Amino acid sequence: MTTPPGDGAQRPAAQEPTGEPGGGPGRERVQRRAIVRDGLGIGLATGAYGLSFGAVSVSSGLDVAQTCVLSLLMFTGASQFALVGVLAVGGSPASGAVTALLLGTRNTLYGLRLAPLLAWRGRRRALAAHLLIDESTAMAVARPTTALARLGFLSTGLAVFALWNLATLLGALAGGSLGDPRALGLDAAVGAAFLALLWPRLRDLPTRLVALAAAGVALGAVPLTAAGVPVLVAGGVALLVGVLRRDRPDPGGPVA
Amino acid sequence: MSATWLAVLGAGVGCYLLKLAGLSVPERVLERPVVRRVADLLPVALLAALVAVQVLAGDRRLEVDARLAGLGAAVLLLLARAPFLVVVVGAAATAALLRLAV
Repeated sequence: MTTPPGDGAQRPAAQEPTGEPGGGPGRERVQRRAIVRDGLGIGLATGAYGLSFGAVSVSSGLDVAQTCVLSLLMFTGASQFALVGVLAVGGSPASGAVTALLLGTRNTLYGLRLAPLLAWRGRRRALAAHLLIDESTAMAVARPTTALARLGFLSTGLAVFALWNLATLLGALAGGSLGDPRALGLDAAVGAAFLALLWPRLRDLPTRLVALAAAGVALGAVPLTAAGVPVLVAGGVALLVGVLRRDRPDPGGPVA
Repeated sequence: MSATWLAVLGAGVGCYLLKLAGLSVPERVLERPVVRRVADLLPVALLAALVAVQVLAGDRRLEVDARLAGLGAAVLLLLARAPFLVVVVGAAATAALLRLAV
């Protein structure tokens, strides 16, 4: 794994442990090694799903370069799947882009939670922002110190970035040479990918009802609107429910 | 530049700016409960709608075909706690086999 550009001096490894209770230098080292190992493991798992993104993207009509630029530049899986998914069902690039951006708003929330913990400023913050995704947030948010949070964030974020992009390229190259995407069931793979992303969020009944209502609204809008628009209309369900429900004490569960 | 390239680059830069905004904006700005609720529910609504449209939408109408069987396979695999790639490949294989058989 490489050091992020411009981040060499600020690696958590170069810092003093910020008051870890009861932890000697030995225990600290064991802890750091475990965090890096977990980050690499998550990177490997996520890389595997980059393969499916690459293949699905190419079968949705994007070329290999567009597919790779999405993974390099957008670098947030659900938004990437959303953009190519909308294009796959014949939606306009604009509605695909808007759907991707709306899904990308959850990274803003992750950033709000992590900002005081990671405590980066200026250029380092601008570089770190690119790695702000579900996985890096999950691996940073529960750490007791800034040094450990940064280590979890960077090891996971960089491992996922490297393997996600490599896997995207391989998947795109393979997907393009496989032939008819329908015969391979790749159109069914996209729906399954969205479901797998949605699944861990369906923790309580109100959330499940929102999901059902949104699916129903989207299907109802299919005959009435251009492809891609039904998904955006269904986003209105979240808006409506979020504004109308005032009685829930703590809607913010654990991240990722 | 094609519309697809514009969407790729525009949404890509936009998604980066959304990340940067989270790390840069003072927390209280987005800590209002209504904003939080909407932001928590938005991914759920969008992903659920994407699942539905992806599996059942044809050209301006609803179509039931092998994709639905693929989604059924995905549900079973998710209930069995299968990893992401297994879920996706399992759904694709189910739809592909069904099309081969019919």
